[in-house]
Amino acid sequence: MNHEQKTPSVSETVISTAGLARNFGHTQAVKGISFSVAEGEVFGFLGPNGAGKTTTISMLCTLLAPSAGEATVAGFDIRSKRTEVRRSIGLVFQDPTLDEYLTAIQNLRFHAYAYGVPKRVRDERIHELLNLMELWDRRNSSVREFSGGMKRRLEIARGLLHHPRILFLDEPTLGLDPQTRHRIWKYVLDLRRRESLTIFLTTHYMDEAENCDRIAIIDEGEIVALDRPELLKNSLGGDVVTIRVENGEGAVAELFARYELSASIEGDGVCFKLPGAEEFLPGLMRSFSCEILGVTIRRPTLDDVFLSLTGHSIRDDRPATGQQLRRYLNTPGMKSQLN
Amino acid sequence: MRQSLRGIWVIAYRELLRFSRERSRLASTLGMPIIFMVVFSEGLKRQIGALAVGVDFVKFMYPGIIAMSVFINAIFSGLSVVWDREIGFLKEVLVSPLNRSGVVLGKALGASVIALFQALVMLALAPLFGVPLSLRIVLELIPIVIVLAFSLAGFGLLIGSRMRSQQGFQVLVQMVVFPLTFLAGVFFPVNNVPRWMEIVSKLNPLTYGVDAIRRIFLVGEISAASRNSGHSIIGVTVFGHTTTTIEDVALVGLLGAALLIGAIFSFNRHT
Ligand SMILES: Nc1ncnc2c1ncn2[C@@H]1O[C@H](COP(=O)(O)OP(=O)(O)O)[C@@H](O)[C@H]1O
Ligand SMILES: [Mg+2]
Repeated sequence: MNHEQKTPSVSETVISTAGLARNFGHTQAVKGISFSVAEGEVFGFLGPNGAGKTTTISMLCTLLAPSAGEATVAGFDIRSKRTEVRRSIGLVFQDPTLDEYLTAIQNLRFHAYAYGVPKRVRDERIHELLNLMELWDRRNSSVREFSGGMKRRLEIARGLLHHPRILFLDEPTLGLDPQTRHRIWKYVLDLRRRESLTIFLTTHYMDEAENCDRIAIIDEGEIVALDRPELLKNSLGGDVVTIRVENGEGAVAELFARYELSASIEGDGVCFKLPGAEEFLPGLMRSFSCEILGVTIRRPTLDDVFLSLTGHSIRDDRPATGQQLRRYLNTPGMKSQLN
Repeated sequence: MRQSLRGIWVIAYRELLRFSRERSRLASTLGMPIIFMVVFSEGLKRQIGALAVGVDFVKFMYPGIIAMSVFINAIFSGLSVVWDREIGFLKEVLVSPLNRSGVVLGKALGASVIALFQALVMLALAPLFGVPLSLRIVLELIPIVIVLAFSLAGFGLLIGSRMRSQQGFQVLVQMVVFPLTFLAGVFFPVNNVPRWMEIVSKLNPLTYGVDAIRRIFLVGEISAASRNSGHSIIGVTVFGHTTTTIEDVALVGLLGAALLIGAIFSFNRHT
């Protein structure tokens, strides 16, 4: 592999926006955002529902006119060179856009005709993509009979059919089960390796955003942070360590005196932040004057980053399944049945 | 330009593919006019009898039913746009490099081919209803059906470009299109009805479409004498002038062209 290709300064910018904004009546869905994406990057837009992710994608894909600002995609202006932009991009929308009455292959053929994919390339490409997405055996089934994950895979195949330079994925794993989400990610990362493709995706799943080369954290129409995921997490000051000791106040004082760590007492533990906690802790345990009864280390997640930047959590709408089950079991009718 | 042409055929191709894959739609498209034909002609044959020398009610109604089914099929091109919007497929079309006018004309072409197909099926059944056929009838019917279908597709697409729900479109069809179809002289001659209805019918462009098709079938059957005596059952008499086939078709075609252009503009603006 050529090393020069990997440095961002050399690669070409394929998406760039300046002050891009869109209002719907009085709602400012996107409030003037500026960023750029380099060729070959997997670039993620992370933010809660209603943050403005879909609105941004719609503007970049020429389906929605911006209220203000500029943007170029694949070097073409999104207002004045719409057809050229459309030819250069593949798009998988948040909501399905397949014709369910047609078969998988009929949907793909329609796409190939619409994009003018030459005949000799077409059938080979369809075969290759359906194989990659593990749908070749189902090529002649109506899309109606497909599961949610199969539909999404078919849409990704369709988005790639005309060899776009940039693939846009709007919440590609929304509503899919964990295994399927995992598989979709495998395909996405595979693809990036096989084709010199730039991927712009949105998600509100933290763990998925970790797979991106860079992410922009977006909240209420504004980008609040933009960097590589590790750097964003490191910006919080490292791992969160909690130690359990008999004498909390003594521990806090000693941590400050010996290591200049500002710790605080939380519950029955003493909490502090530092980078590289695994290397630090063995030494601490050997020489700390009061006995350490327990240790937990928690790596900061992107959710912590989001929380510290915006003051609220991104995971608002998903009750944990464990909780749901417990609530279910606690209903009076259920209890008597279980007894 | 090449982009436009490709758009037209790609979109039309999918319309036809859809049509052929939806059994229920195929069945209702073919079944409905036949049911109308059988029920009305059998039910009313004895009550009404001959409307003019040599023209009984069945022969009168048969071309009307062909016209009606052409209208309905063509207008449903608009429903197809609303449907595509609902299932999301419209986005796939809109984000592709196909241009908007090609998309609109492709929908119109698809609907017109379906309408023509239906007209030809009805034509094949003519002997069953005792309607005589000739090569002249077939050759005249095809271009006229195409003009009418494109025109009505323009109307359907103009509405479809703005509507968000299928229910909305269906309501419109029931409240506007069906009444206009019935007032277009499908089941009775418009030259001999109460005054108010005559006015409505003669303002209704569909009337001229029905008349154009009816003339193909009946023009040979009606002698000059009966045409001139009192109320003719063919031709639409406006201010004492009875229209010819060319006038009928030109009127509907020009209106249709305007509607199609309107549909293209509306589609450009609303998507
Ligand atoms: N067509 C529209 N009309 C009015 N408001 C809209 C429309 N589309 C999006 N919005 C509003 O814009 C904001 C951003 O929406 P969206 O871009 O869909 O968010 P996300 O994709 O991040 O969940 C939301 O407040 C939403 O209600
Ligand atoms: Mg969204």
